Amino acid sequence: MNMNELLKLSFRSLQSNLLRSFLTMLGIMIGVATVIAMISIGQGTNNQVTSQIQSLGSNLITVTASSSSGQSGAAGGGSDATLKLSDADPISKIDTVKYVAPVMQANTQFKNGANLTSTSIVGTTPSYADIKSWETDIGRFFTEDEVTDKSKVVVLGATTAENLFGKAGFDAIGSIVKINNIPFRVIGVLKSKGSSGSTDTDDTAIAPITTVQARFQAGSSKSAIRQILVEAKSPSSIQSTMSLMEYTMRQSHKLGSGEDDFKVQSQEDVLSSAESVTKTLTLFLGGVAAISLLVGGIGIMNIMLVSVTERTREIGTRKAIGAKEGTILSQFLVESVTLAILGGIIGVLLGFGGSKLVGNMMSIKTAISMNSVLLAVGFSACIGIIFGVFPARKAAKLDPIEALRYE
Amino acid sequence: MITFDNVDKIYASGEMRVHALKGVTLHIEEREFVSIMGPSGSGKSTMMNVIGCLDKPSSGMYTLDGTDIGSATSKQLSEVRNQKIGFVFQNFNLLKRTSAIENVELPMLYAGKSKKTRRERAEYCLELVGLKDRMHHKPNELSGGQQQRVAIARALSNDPAIILADEPTGNLDSASSEEIMSIFKQLNDGGNTIVLVTHEPEIAAHTNRIIWFRDGKIESDRLSTGRGSV
Repeated sequence: MNMNELLKLSFRSLQSNLLRSFLTMLGIMIGVATVIAMISIGQGTNNQVTSQIQSLGSNLITVTASSSSGQSGAAGGGSDATLKLSDADPISKIDTVKYVAPVMQANTQFKNGANLTSTSIVGTTPSYADIKSWETDIGRFFTEDEVTDKSKVVVLGATTAENLFGKAGFDAIGSIVKINNIPFRVIGVLKSKGSSGSTDTDDTAIAPITTVQARFQAGSSKSAIRQILVEAKSPSSIQSTMSLMEYTMRQSHKLGSGEDDFKVQSQEDVLSSAESVTKTLTLFLGGVAAISLLVGGIGIMNIMLVSVTERTREIGTRKAIGAKEGTILSQFLVESVTLAILGGIIGVLLGFGGSKLVGNMMSIKTAISMNSVLLAVGFSACIGIIFGVFPARKAAKLDPIEALRYE
Repeated sequence: MITFDNVDKIYASGEMRVHALKGVTLHIEEREFVSIMGPSGSGKSTMMNVIGCLDKPSSGMYTLDGTDIGSATSKQLSEVRNQKIGFVFQNFNLLKRTSAIENVELPMLYAGKSKKTRRERAEYCLELVGLKDRMHHKPNELSGGQQQRVAIARALSNDPAIILADEPTGNLDSASSEEIMSIFKQLNDGGNTIVLVTHEPEIAAHTNRIIWFRDGKIESDRLSTGRGSV
């Protein structure tokens, strides 16, 4: 009896009890769908986070506030703000540092006549444009002098400019917009960078950090800044730059070791910590999925055992007319493997669909790897074999005389 | 064709020992039409299982068509059943949801014959039992007599040395029984060896030789007129 005939046989038997076959597959289907969906969502998130982090700039090092107990400090808002504008100065004196840009942020409302838009304004220094590779589409970036003078000038992102001035935005230059009712002069519009994932990078506005601090920062945390962005001169100097920065910060904050109230991270650190989070998540969900596959396999075994008992007479007849033990074994084994693989394939399709759906809702571009599909289908085939062998052996070993007498 | 030489069959389950066949010696020639009779517990079912190679003798020699069955492995027994024996059961034992012709093809499928050979032979066998027009019907669309005819066609499909029928008319009305017996008669006339197990004297009367069993032994072995009526 060849494979073709065995397959035909098993399909007929599965067809004759469609509902039961479907319910049996359900366990495997759910397991595989979970695996596929989780892996693809995890991959998608990972890719997005990676590209976002990489879009921050090259050779990037960030300094953020952090309490000595290891908790991350409040970003520009907490009462115990430890990162100040003055911290940027000593860092800029380090040899291997190319650019330094202190950064703070405030949520503000922009108004141009009747046009209103909410965006978070970034307060920083001209180096920020170099680190983030922002270029102006029209107009110019602000200067060091304007930072020193706390000038009320602003550079708009493409989206913000469009919201306030309509499509072209040419008449924006020189216009006065009101930010939280304070008049600012627009001096430039940034070249569009497009959106990365769900965040629109162009929905921004940049102004001198001194101005933002003076106008939009409340009370006690007035001097606090969100972070300091540093670009090292070369990738090879990142590590040494980081150590020097830490040393400098400790000096200026007068701290002993283990008392750090700041955190220095390279882009790689951020990347690897983000990756480790998604990796852990994927692993955990994979474990859950593996358990559901196991349960699905037990379901298959259960149903196959019932099926063997139900078909005892059929097995007896087949043996009487000349079916060998091996033939009966393969008949039932093919049946359980068919169930498992079919369940696996439907699961893969469901997983595809599910991840697309979740991806659309969370605006993540989900990535589906061929490897995970092959793994899932292969794994379900294995489950079909492992949990199918016992019932199939039971069928093959039936005594034909007993089986023919079975009522 | 069939030779039993002092065959014993003992079933042992725990302390219980059942001596089902006691020193049975028997010879059945090619082209014979034999019935095996006896009250229940006489050993005729055991005899049937041993002849059908579903079971092996505990001692003694059983040769079927020149093959020593006693020393065969279970795989060899499967082959013997497939090639040399055509089974006809009391309750037909056709596969459900499977058409008549596919049921008839099944033994040939296990024998590894090609699709074309199977189809042609199955059609021929169904024609022999007068069911060629019903070959695509499922068993539940056929009457009892028709189902048993399909079973006979299945038994014939591998052109076996003997046809072994266990109470083939036990589940049929008298008209269908008569029909089945006349098919057997016809097959026997055509050269087939047929061994039939029954407890109905009317059925046995159709055969040419009647072997009576009692307490695991042959009580009588005589020729019949072969002209019984139901």
